[in-house]
Amino acid sequence: MTDIKHAKKYPEIWQRFSPRETLIRYVWYVSIVGIAVWSVSNLEIPWFYFLDAHVQAGDLLTRMWPPEWSYIDNLAGALLETVHIATIGTVVTVVFSFPLAFLAARNTTYNKVTWLIGRLILVTSRSVNTVIWGLLFVAIFGPGALAGIWAIALRSIGFTGKLIAEAIEEIDQGPVEAIESTGASRLQVLWFGILPQVLPVIYGTVIYRWDINIRESTVLGFVGAGGIGILLYSSVNQFLWQEVSVILLSVFVIVVISEFISAAARERIS
Amino acid sequence: MTATHQNSAPEAPQAPREWHTIKLIENPTYRYGLIALAMVYFAFALSTLDVDWSRIYTGLPRAGDIFVRMVPPDFSRWSLLLRGILESVQIALAASFFGMILAIPLGLCGARNLVPRPIYLVARTLFVLTRSFHEIIIAIFFVKIFGFGPLAGVLTLIVASTNFIAKMLAEDIENMPAGQLEAIRATGASFPKLLIYCISPQALPRYLGVSIYRLDANIRHSTVVGIVGAGGIGQVLAATFTRYDYDFSLAILICIVGLVFIGEFFSNWVRGRLR
Repeated sequence: MTDIKHAKKYPEIWQRFSPRETLIRYVWYVSIVGIAVWSVSNLEIPWFYFLDAHVQAGDLLTRMWPPEWSYIDNLAGALLETVHIATIGTVVTVVFSFPLAFLAARNTTYNKVTWLIGRLILVTSRSVNTVIWGLLFVAIFGPGALAGIWAIALRSIGFTGKLIAEAIEEIDQGPVEAIESTGASRLQVLWFGILPQVLPVIYGTVIYRWDINIRESTVLGFVGAGGIGILLYSSVNQFLWQEVSVILLSVFVIVVISEFISAAARERIS
Repeated sequence: MTATHQNSAPEAPQAPREWHTIKLIENPTYRYGLIALAMVYFAFALSTLDVDWSRIYTGLPRAGDIFVRMVPPDFSRWSLLLRGILESVQIALAASFFGMILAIPLGLCGARNLVPRPIYLVARTLFVLTRSFHEIIIAIFFVKIFGFGPLAGVLTLIVASTNFIAKMLAEDIENMPAGQLEAIRATGASFPKLLIYCISPQALPRYLGVSIYRLDANIRHSTVVGIVGAGGIGQVLAATFTRYDYDFSLAILICIVGLVFIGEFFSNWVRGRLR
């Protein structure tokens, strides 16, 4: 009896996982694969579409080549508008997300209810995709850049607000107490105690979000909310694939440039 | 540069006293110059936007009307709603699964310390290319090639997830200390053995964390690929907007918020346990 126990506890061959752990691991694997199989089978995918996929893709590529370079003259205005939508949208975001972040951070909010309200606003803002916000604002303001700006802003508030709120929750309480002990008002504590500590995070987050917003604003035109997306959508709908390839190239260029600027700026801040 | 000055704009510095808070840019000429530039840009951008104020003026009552018609949300067509939500979740799950698998080879190819330079460059170019285009743009192409329906949505999100997870994996591998890698190589281990005994134990926790995060992101994105006809609840939502069916739109929006909230909660819970 003791021998068996001993042999069980100190086996001859070393194994990283006990049999129980191995079993649990396999149960995980099987359930993950099971979930994937269930999902794919329920989607009723027409597999025969794959049969001519390469033909369709080849067809698309030949239609896109060569790019219709003369179309480039129409792009400058739309591209500029795309950048403007992203930038102004980000500025609006800063204005709104900042107070919301203070409301949604445990250590600066007034009470449990205001905290919950702040969190709820941030979650709602984040859950709804930019394009869906775009649908909503196009219905309100009519098609155009203004709807795009608000769509960008409403989606970004949740993102930046959440990150800023997390930064506020993680600040060092020392400076805050020091400033409080000088008899400073609530606003002064905020300005001199909390703000300097979270400022780098704010800059970093906002610049990062700006870069994402550029990418998002390239498709806002699909729902009529301004920018290069409008041209892209109309070219796609008219099957003018040679124009599409020019537009995509220009989108690629501005996205890469904005990403480069954003990375460089964030590097300098940190 | 645009980013920097447009961000310094809202945090206008106070009048100088004996003591002042630490500024991001210490040189005042440079700082005020940037702020001025940002202001000029802002004015320029606003002037070119060509906002039709009369349209907005007529739009505001319309907005009120839309909100009135949105409330109360209409859940009476719940079977359609449920089917859309389920389809979105399934698109997200399938895309995350295949994305996770495809990301491994691509991620290995994108790590500078593992593969020869040409392969590395090809993988990195692929990362930049896919990352630059929004999911919806990718979705258009899949809709063209595979027709309307959830298949295009799944493929779009597979591309996006593969790219995201692979990029994170590649960066994780590149940041690994060289010691372990060399130690395993010094025993004469083959490349597969190197992967099993050196790379996977170090990269696995983060890889799983990123994958779970991506599942959460996929749930968010799966609600929107439908706008170009790639399946899921987004397709239903876009249809309700074009049909001015606003009370049903609000019901869908509430469900999306709920779904994303659950997804985020689940993702945080799993990632908390992985740590």
